[in-house]
Amino acid sequence: MLLSEYKSKELLSQYGVGVPSGRIARSPEEAEASCGAIETRKFVVKAQIAAGGRGLAGGIRFAATPSSVGEEARRLLGSKLVTEQTGPAGETVGAVYVEAALDLKAQYFVALALDPETGFPMLLASAQGGVEFEQRARMDSDVVRTLLLPDDDQDTRKALADFLAGIGIDDDAALDPIFYLRSAFLDNEMTLLEVNPFAVTRDGKWMAIDAKIALDANAAFRHPEFESLAADSGLSQTESEAQKSNINFVRLNGNIGVVVNGAGLGLATNDMVVDAGGRPANFMDIRTTATSFDIARGIDILLAEPEVTAILLNVHGGGMTVCDTVAEGVAFAYSRAKRKPPVVARLAGQNAPWGHQILKDRQVPVEAFGTMREAVARVVELAQGGKR
Amino acid sequence: MAILVDQRTRVLVQGATGRAGTFYTDQAVRYGSTYVAGVRPGRGGTKHLGIPVFHSVKEAVEETGATASLVVVPAPNAADAMIEAIEAGLETIVCVTERVPMHDMARVKRALEGTQSVLIGPNSQGILTPGQCKIGVMPTKDAKPGRIGIASRSASLTSEILANCSAADLGQSTTVGIGGDTIHGIGFVGCLERFKDDPETEAVVLIGEIGGREEEKAAEYLSSVTYGKPVIGLVAGRHAPQGRRMGHAGTLSVFGLETAEQKVAKLREAGVLVAKDASDVVSTVLKALK
Repeated sequence: MLLSEYKSKELLSQYGVGVPSGRIARSPEEAEASCGAIETRKFVVKAQIAAGGRGLAGGIRFAATPSSVGEEARRLLGSKLVTEQTGPAGETVGAVYVEAALDLKAQYFVALALDPETGFPMLLASAQGGVEFEQRARMDSDVVRTLLLPDDDQDTRKALADFLAGIGIDDDAALDPIFYLRSAFLDNEMTLLEVNPFAVTRDGKWMAIDAKIALDANAAFRHPEFESLAADSGLSQTESEAQKSNINFVRLNGNIGVVVNGAGLGLATNDMVVDAGGRPANFMDIRTTATSFDIARGIDILLAEPEVTAILLNVHGGGMTVCDTVAEGVAFAYSRAKRKPPVVARLAGQNAPWGHQILKDRQVPVEAFGTMREAVARVVELAQGGKR
Repeated sequence: MAILVDQRTRVLVQGATGRAGTFYTDQAVRYGSTYVAGVRPGRGGTKHLGIPVFHSVKEAVEETGATASLVVVPAPNAADAMIEAIEAGLETIVCVTERVPMHDMARVKRALEGTQSVLIGPNSQGILTPGQCKIGVMPTKDAKPGRIGIASRSASLTSEILANCSAADLGQSTTVGIGGDTIHGIGFVGCLERFKDDPETEAVVLIGEIGGREEEKAAEYLSSVTYGKPVIGLVAGRHAPQGRRMGHAGTLSVFGLETAEQKVAKLREAGVLVAKDASDVVSTVLKALK
């Protein structure tokens, strides 16, 4: 569950973290009017989307006057931003955040996550904060250093001061904000808290200039407030529809619908499709709790996509997801579908013969194969307009 | 021989009386594993599937000599169940529960610190020593006793590769699912160390994927020892788009900066024979054993 920038900052400021003053706006007029409430000489207008990389995609604009704030807002609102993290369809900008543009002396990257080894909160920090941080970090993993923050005590403070000095922050005023971040991270069961840049102004104040928060959806049962905090689940509408049916679904660019149980087998199947020259239309992972009705809804989503010209069904029946359940779901979706692209089925494991029988009996346009490799080769051929 | 569990393992089930607990207990007992107790607060003194039920793990251990636990408790209480099992001193704890909150797992990791317990999971298919002991949710139809050790991050892909191995007469010593969550118990390194010391394991298969650092850590470990057995690897997700989450949770941008190609390169440098794709694992194992 991702929080939009302004919700992230609201939450952090409740913990004492400094943030620039700002207002959310959903229309150009609102954006222009909001400037009156912000005391500053220069403004910045920021597209609110639930994905990173927006700075490089033109989603952050500077403006000197309220009227140019209005103009920039007009340009951003309703436009689509395509960043590294949004997927090819991009995300439509529904709101902008108008903020005081501050004069910054130095910018850093800081983030908090749980250390998978020890379970303690872990600080990740880099001297190279700013919009290009992710690219730099990808090229050189040494750009980021880490420090465990097990407690909020004198020893940890001492260790933090030494650590920060190591990345060029020789200022005790930076310690408190980091412990405020730590409290916010723990209280709200975040899976990730990223402040980039974490910056110091000309007058020596440490501030979160941008912030990205991911809450743990698995902890929502004890945090009723999560629902109102989260801008969005980080999923597209189709993707969250699929989630409700116990299916993890990610839309990709291609034309081969891929239906698989299990995330690992899903990834491995997509790899083989691409290697064979095919283009998957999606990634799908049918979770073990999915019923045949859930699966039918997942297939509906694929059948509704006009780009999908063939479907690959690759199922390894296990303890709970058995092949006949999946076959039932496919058959049900096909029985009510207007468009029936050919299906290539490779079923193995629990109840595989029964699954094949169901597909045949219910007149799904199916070709059955015994191995993944054969099935993948055939579906690629069909998708490219090969003979039925 | 095998790693972690064998015919001497005595299993208790936390959450034994629920729907999933009942189903998996029944399947494991039919497979011939030794299940000695169920735990369900408030239901102590009763029997379920012919197995005695206790109020607490501690009581179940005292009465039955259980050495391992299967945790099939719903996510909100799964961490407390794991910690109860750790405190009762169980050797092997397998948690198959999905969607355990991450900060709860952080608590479990701290409880594990300094103990002898080995945690497998959560969000894992479990552990299987074919013909001896099953603790988990995996199918057993295609499993076969033998000399290949398997450690994996994903259930259905493991079933696929295991079936291919058995069809090629490559039986398995033990199969461990380390689980798909960012914070989990035993990792690839823990499995590799144990397979190294198991005289009946001739080769090890690591089934990895994008995200997380398991493959990197395995590569670091293998570079630091003389392993003495072939290790075969697979990294799923070479063509997955970067920065997007694909089913499993282990793909945060701060940790998942390494691509599948980088993982493959590191494993190769450490002497791992990396299979081209899922269907190429068996031939790679056969080549390694020649």
